[in-house]
Amino acid sequence: MFIIRSIGAAIALALTIPLPALAQDAELAKIREEIRQMKEVYEQRIQALEKRLATTETKAGKAEQSAASVESAATAAANRTGENAYNPAVSLVLQGTYARTSQDPNSFGITGFMPSGGEVGPPKRSFGLAETELALAANIDPYFRGVAIAALAPEGGASVEEAYFQTLALPQGFTLKGGRFFSGIGYQNEQHQHAWDFQDAPLPYKAFLGTTLKQDGVQLKWVAPTDLFIELGAELSSGDQFPGSDRNKNGIGGSAIFGHVGGDIGASYAWRAGLSYLKASPQNRSYQDADSLDGAVTNSFTGDARLWVADAVLKWAPNGNATSTNFKLQGEYFRFRQDGQLTYDDTAQAAPQFGVAFTNPLNADQSGYYLQGIWQFMPRWRAGYRYDALRYGTVNNGIVTSGAGPGAADFPLLANYNPSRNTLMFDWNPTEFSRIRLQLAQDKSRLGATDNQVFVQYIYSLGAHGAHKF
Amino acid sequence: MIKWLKSMVALGALLAAQPAPAALNIFACEPEWGSLAKELGGDKVSVYIATNALQDPHHIEARPSLIARARSADLVVCTGAELEVGWLPLVQTQSGNPKIQAGQAGHFEAARYVVALEVPQRVDRALGDVHAAGNPHVHLDPHNIAKVTAALSERMVQLDGAEAGTYRSRAKAFLERWQQAVARWEKQAVPLKGMPIVVYHKDMSYLINWLGMREAGTLEPKPGLPPTTAQLSDLLARLAKEPAKVVVRSAYNDPRAVEWLAERARIPAVVLPFTVGGSDRAKDLFGLFDDSLSRLLAVAK
Repeated sequence: MFIIRSIGAAIALALTIPLPALAQDAELAKIREEIRQMKEVYEQRIQALEKRLATTETKAGKAEQSAASVESAATAAANRTGENAYNPAVSLVLQGTYARTSQDPNSFGITGFMPSGGEVGPPKRSFGLAETELALAANIDPYFRGVAIAALAPEGGASVEEAYFQTLALPQGFTLKGGRFFSGIGYQNEQHQHAWDFQDAPLPYKAFLGTTLKQDGVQLKWVAPTDLFIELGAELSSGDQFPGSDRNKNGIGGSAIFGHVGGDIGASYAWRAGLSYLKASPQNRSYQDADSLDGAVTNSFTGDARLWVADAVLKWAPNGNATSTNFKLQGEYFRFRQDGQLTYDDTAQAAPQFGVAFTNPLNADQSGYYLQGIWQFMPRWRAGYRYDALRYGTVNNGIVTSGAGPGAADFPLLANYNPSRNTLMFDWNPTEFSRIRLQLAQDKSRLGATDNQVFVQYIYSLGAHGAHKF
Repeated sequence: MIKWLKSMVALGALLAAQPAPAALNIFACEPEWGSLAKELGGDKVSVYIATNALQDPHHIEARPSLIARARSADLVVCTGAELEVGWLPLVQTQSGNPKIQAGQAGHFEAARYVVALEVPQRVDRALGDVHAAGNPHVHLDPHNIAKVTAALSERMVQLDGAEAGTYRSRAKAFLERWQQAVARWEKQAVPLKGMPIVVYHKDMSYLINWLGMREAGTLEPKPGLPPTTAQLSDLLARLAKEPAKVVVRSAYNDPRAVEWLAERARIPAVVLPFTVGGSDRAKDLFGLFDDSLSRLLAVAK
């Protein structure tokens, strides 16, 4: 017992005494080897764990994604059920003006041209609400799409601006539209007022088309299968809008044909040009005038009215990116011929000059044009200038030349005069849905009365995103 | 008479010698889908690309050249998710082409085949130009491109069954090369993980999500509103506390605000091609990601 104890003590003592270097090295090497092996084993295990973690993470990620997709599918499905699922796209346009005019807006008229009966005058003075436009559009079925645009007038009442169906499935590039729609003649005629670059329509539109020609009828358009944009269209209508009239007659009252071509020049320019022809046959299209003693006279025209329009628009944006700066140049030329009979009737007066109606031939060959440029010089800000003019041309008034009664002074609205106007505008567009415009104009539409106009206008649209027409 | 006959024969030969028309006419709304369509179709398709990399896809108009090209298209390949809502519906209804109307087989929307990010809880224009279906700029995540490839090649097969073999084999070959490239990019992009970046518009969300980066702010106060001095000053103050590594814009964005912020915050400004054609190197989808990654990695150090 004592020996084992003493040997153990000796060993313990021996261990505490530093061993010679050689034995130490061997031990160290062994220990190092063991540690290295341990490291290897643990490294392998850590790597295996990391791999498992990575796969779990991807699986979790995938699970999250599929959960998200299920969620979005569920929300989409929720949106697709219920009675409201097929509701049309609804949008509303709010507009108003503050106007300052040096002439009375109520006495507005374009001298030299038979009145077109549309809302051609400037807005009322001081604050005024303009038409609120409500638009509804949706696909009806795989074959047809429907659009309705109503204008809510500030003085009460709603009028239908457009209400039409349009085909979706005609082959060979044809599209048929039917109902009431803005005619495809010219360039600006198809645009609604809130999309115009100025508060009001150019003089030729006011004089020849009553601001905008709306057709009640059908339109067939064909797009050519070419790289160059070529579009031909034809319209048949009741012809009861100016320059036509409501006739209560069977058959087709008015017709129009038009052709447009367009394309790109490089990446920065896009253009479109067109030619149009409109024909109507007004019967007893009447308007009010004043005779030489300022008494009320009712004139009416029966005959043929024909309008030729040439239009062109050019747009520029650097590389086609219109966000920061862009420029638009637009112009149209009109030729308007009316051939028929004019009737002068002052019989409604208490003490008429003539007391009998006169009817004689009338042949008028008149024209007009406008040219405007709009420049967006920085994001949100645009400036524009427009010059528009009408040419009295040749008006052979058979009543006057026959010398039978009324003279030239009894037709003040048909006095020989060439109206013109200069308009300048600035607008601020915080987003594509809001616009505030300042417009200054010197309007020489009325003989002897130059109107200096200042308008401030706001245009806001809400609801479904409208389309960016060219 | 003989001369006339000879010239007619010559004319006939000339017309007959025209190359056979492509099997499928594709109208691509954006360059990334045009590039993908070319990869999947080869010479069996003719592709027209409606916009270029320097154009903001939100502000395109339905101009005549687009309507003319859509007239003859068999397939319209677009992003959807209301990115093209300002112009594509008008192009479709005015083209007189029944094949490409919304809902028909000739109308392909890429965003339907991927999982959308940033789907808003509430859709209100007061929040800016938000899209109800989520962020529409889906092409900057290469996994999304792979998903769209599968769907697009099947749609091309549906419309042009005669070339089904070609489309399927090209799609398979493309996906193989694509998966290899994606693996390579993911390895390359490890240094970008967690990197905070400032973007101009929220059009980089899918790239940021894929690479694990962090969006530290946008120059636009709300989507679609141009940067204002007030917003930029706020952003600068925020970056002073939580700095970002780089400010990034797409090739079509206005450079001024980005340069102003980069100077004041003393961080580099990087222009990313955003889509095919946005830079010299981004000639196709592979080049797009190669170039984007190399530009980001250059400032990650």
